[in-house]
Amino acid sequence: MLAAKRQNLTELAITRLIQLAGYLSILFVGLICIFLLKEGLPVLFDVPLVRFLQTTWYPIEGYYGILPLLAGSLIVTFGAILIALPLGLGTAIFISEVAPNWAKEVLKPLVELLAGMPSVVLGFIGILVLSPYLRRLLDLPTGLTALTGSLLLGWVAIPTIVSVAEDALNNVPPSYRQAAWALGATQWQTIWGITLPAARSGVLTAIMLAVGRVIGETMAVMMVTGNAPYIPSFLKVFVSPIRTMTATIASEMGEVAKGSAHYQTLFLIGIVLFLFSLIINIIAVTVSSRRLKRSERLLS
Amino acid sequence: MGRSIPLLTPRNKQRIGFAVLATCTVVTVLPIIALGIYILVQGVPGISWEFISSMPRDGMHAGGILPAILGTFYLTLGTALFSIPPGIAAAIYLAEYAGDTRATRLIRIAMINLAGIPSVVYGLFGLGLFVLFLQFGTSILAASLTLSIMTLPVIISTAEEALRSVPVSFRVVSISLGASKWQTVWRIVLPQALPGIITGCILGLERAAGETAPILFTGAAFFLPRLPQSPFDPTMALPYHLFVISTQVPGMPVKIQYGTVLVLLVFVLSMNLIATMIRSRARARRQW
Repeated sequence: MLAAKRQNLTELAITRLIQLAGYLSILFVGLICIFLLKEGLPVLFDVPLVRFLQTTWYPIEGYYGILPLLAGSLIVTFGAILIALPLGLGTAIFISEVAPNWAKEVLKPLVELLAGMPSVVLGFIGILVLSPYLRRLLDLPTGLTALTGSLLLGWVAIPTIVSVAEDALNNVPPSYRQAAWALGATQWQTIWGITLPAARSGVLTAIMLAVGRVIGETMAVMMVTGNAPYIPSFLKVFVSPIRTMTATIASEMGEVAKGSAHYQTLFLIGIVLFLFSLIINIIAVTVSSRRLKRSERLLS
Repeated sequence: MGRSIPLLTPRNKQRIGFAVLATCTVVTVLPIIALGIYILVQGVPGISWEFISSMPRDGMHAGGILPAILGTFYLTLGTALFSIPPGIAAAIYLAEYAGDTRATRLIRIAMINLAGIPSVVYGLFGLGLFVLFLQFGTSILAASLTLSIMTLPVIISTAEEALRSVPVSFRVVSISLGASKWQTVWRIVLPQALPGIITGCILGLERAAGETAPILFTGAAFFLPRLPQSPFDPTMALPYHLFVISTQVPGMPVKIQYGTVLVLLVFVLSMNLIATMIRSRARARRQW
């Protein structure tokens, strides 16, 4: 009797403990919100919001315009997705629909290898190999430009796109393909007309997650984009040095006095990044849950 | 029109299409292979027993990278300590206990958000909470805690998947024999899911080991003359050290730079290899 009772108590205690662990994720998201706001928001009392929406970032002199940093992040992200989307999607389709089994066994671990590559290693290669090469190729004053960043971050984004898009393609029921083949469609017509459209929302999710991955990337982009917090002129967008929000936080946080307006502004940039990732993830989740609902409707 | 040979027959279209897809794949994969070979070729001459077992000398221009290697080892160990137990517990909750309630959905949304937060924002958070508020200072402890929160969603989601892949019948049989819920989870489900869980944990730690941004302001040191003595000391770390010697110190010998890259990659990729091996061995042995 007593032993049974004690066992019940242990069981209860363990269950509670596990439940508690289950809620950790919510706790941490909450804590992250609180501490970013706690360190970043007070700056709004000292510096009016308008002064952040200007085009000069020179915090030592009190210029806190974050627009150049925002522009830097958006330019690099746009360029990286422009590179990663066709390559990643093409690779995903090739792996999932065309490649023979032995090629899949080789290709998938290779892409995973790229996913595991520390970003500082990519940045190092960017500095030592890619940027001197681009500088000579395009005859630029410096090889540390938005283009170099976009190229590197393209390869950061590719594994995300490949794995999420490949999952989406694999989730298309085989019966769809079989029906298309039975109607006399070639393999290519099936991919282009049936499989890819059916996996459309998965592809969209892949893009969103890749955008999130790229916009939050720090080390590689800091090392190769030239650290210049200016908005480049339109014609030279990709060949100018720029600086992203992430790189600004990483390169300046070490040198600021704790609690100064500059320090708080860096946290404010952190809040902006946090909001970006929040919005991107919400879009990604909504898109993929809509897919679920639609397929439920189709199958019922 | 009728006389010209139709070039774009469905068959030819397919040929062109497949060629484009294959080209995409080659363009994606070739740089990865080239990068691997290049780093290997450039890095191997820098590797020696002295390089991995001695302190840096002459302002890091000579000597070894022992403190960085040890530091990354400590940080990875700390991250494992703080992230694996709660991560597996949370996965057990999600896979075995939680129903599809509003709270569970909230947990999943929180997890997705955690996974998407930029690494440098984790660094800011770690600075705010662990370094300043809890007054751990820039230390191995603060950096490991920061890295473990970043690693948590990876561990939870892979462990949950591993638990869910254990067939329901295992649980039904165990419960019907009179085992309690927890006994079933602990004795039956968890052992079956273990290879998958271990794989997930290693992949999560692999990412933590290679990260720089989260430890920049929470525990990484530019240069330390001696090894860290306690978890409250800052430490050097391989990824941060690579950043330092490739951007902050002028005139670094290339041999040391590439040597450091190679050591970091071996550290990280050997974890990847172990994880892949555990996964494929478990798959081969699985009888269900």
